[in-house]
Amino acid sequence: MDELLAILNDLYPDVDFATYDARVDGPLIQSMEMVELITAIEEKFDVEFPPSLMGDPEHFHSAAAIWELIQRLEDE
Amino acid sequence: MQRINVLEYLDEIAARLPDKPAFCGDDLQLCFGTLDRRSRAVGTALALGGFYGEPVVVFMGKGPAAVSAFFGTLRAGCFYVPLDEEMPRHRIELIFGMLRPRAVIYDRSTRAALEGLDFHGTALLYDDLIQTEVDAPALHKIRAKAIDTDPIYVVFTSGSTGKPKGVAACHRSVIDYVENLSAVLRIDEDTIFGNQAPLYVDACLKELFPTLMFGATTWFVPKSYFSFPSKLVEFLNAKRVNTVCWVASAFTMVAALRILDEIRPEYLRTIAFGSEVFPGKQLNAWRKACPQARFLNLYGPTEATGMSCYYELPRDFDGDKVPIGGPFRNTDVFLLDENNARVEAPGLPGEICIRGTCLTLGYYADPERTAQSFTQNPLNTHFDEKIYRTGDLAQYNDVGELMFLSRKDYQIKRAGYRIELGEIESAAHSVEGVHAACCLFDDAKKKIVLCYAGTISRAELNEALKTKLPQYMMPNVTHQLETLPLTPNGKIDRNGLKERYMV
Repeated sequence: MDELLAILNDLYPDVDFATYDARVDGPLIQSMEMVELITAIEEKFDVEFPPSLMGDPEHFHSAAAIWELIQRLEDE
Repeated sequence: MQRINVLEYLDEIAARLPDKPAFCGDDLQLCFGTLDRRSRAVGTALALGGFYGEPVVVFMGKGPAAVSAFFGTLRAGCFYVPLDEEMPRHRIELIFGMLRPRAVIYDRSTRAALEGLDFHGTALLYDDLIQTEVDAPALHKIRAKAIDTDPIYVVFTSGSTGKPKGVAACHRSVIDYVENLSAVLRIDEDTIFGNQAPLYVDACLKELFPTLMFGATTWFVPKSYFSFPSKLVEFLNAKRVNTVCWVASAFTMVAALRILDEIRPEYLRTIAFGSEVFPGKQLNAWRKACPQARFLNLYGPTEATGMSCYYELPRDFDGDKVPIGGPFRNTDVFLLDENNARVEAPGLPGEICIRGTCLTLGYYADPERTAQSFTQNPLNTHFDEKIYRTGDLAQYNDVGELMFLSRKDYQIKRAGYRIELGEIESAAHSVEGVHAACCLFDDAKKKIVLCYAGTISRAELNEALKTKLPQYMMPNVTHQLETLPLTPNGKIDRNGLKERYMV
């Protein structure tokens, strides 16, 4: 989780991802940052996002949600 | 006969194809007949309200309804000013301060935001306006007075002093632009657009007016698909979209996230991109996925109505930098050096200057800034002839095509949006507790970096900036410093800051 937070804070240094939730605080990730985020996660965790998951804001609204998704991908 | 008003397109197409879908969104599809009726109802309501020859703000959610409100303001002999539902209050107030609009058309999604504004004119609910009984003789009388140099819209772009600039364009410029653009894009009645551009920038002209002119169809692609794109291509296929004009970053994102490995856009035949660099790797992924499509790079400033230059990629294109090519028909684009001499030799930089009917009316209620950018053609000392100086630098390649180089000033492009770093600095300066601010752009990473000195914390500053700047202008990174470093001349040392904070 700390590694994910490091990636997120690298992209958004001024956002507190311990509490941030897009469903409450409004959308944050813009299109090009999504590319950076996914590339960084794939490198760090050695996972590959199936394109089908990139259409679902449900998996990207908070650090916890992204973390859950990474763990699911790692198990596969 | 020569056309003098864009409504002529609507009149003709509504008579010819009344039941064909024109503009389609999530919850509403308007065919040409209904679009026409709604525009007449809105126009009648405005005319009855005594509005004529003035700006009418259209403050509505993106979609077919807003488009019909645009045409409604034109029916009343007014011009429309599209505002974004997500625009922060401070920016809307700056815009209202410049426009002093007497009328605003709103919908349910913007009602609360409008109520929070210091606006004392007439607020008109779209759903009420479209119930108005059409007064055909009144609308006819208005049209009979129209000339093709009447304004059609004012769109706002970033201004370096912190005050947005409202670019006003007239019917003649839009007709000229859309006719020549459509010929290059080969728009016809079978064209189905997938729109990405917001309605408050000139980029959406590429869909709005060719749709009317040819009886094409425009689908509004849901905005979230451009951040979470797996459904995007599915959407294009389901709607049989064959023509897209998007900012390069939208295409880049889809390719970089490997969406094209999974699903191919089946119907695309024209792919136009612009406003920024399309990286070769992602461009090639698109060319591989859509081998049947034509790819075109478009370039142009809002001040010259839309796009001024285009370049169609040849099938065997393998360069690493895509030219911006050459001008559309009836537009002249040339380069001037610092001494206002024409640059013709390949490889030498010059400022891109534009002349032609495409030149807009300038900045609304701002003669000073208009005079700075819209100047007498220095190559012509014999009669009055305006050119627009873009502030963009370019050079010719060996075969005479224009290649974009860079900006002369601190204007940047991010996700297709044109941003003056000065506007962000100005917003930061207006926050209490900020003593000095300097905004930089990391071109390689496409990040806006804001350095400031003051007593306010970074989080507090960000909160304050959110109320003043649209999201696309928000800094990615802020640095709080004791003081900002100065050059020997006493100016903020931008280069020093760049070296320290952009590695």
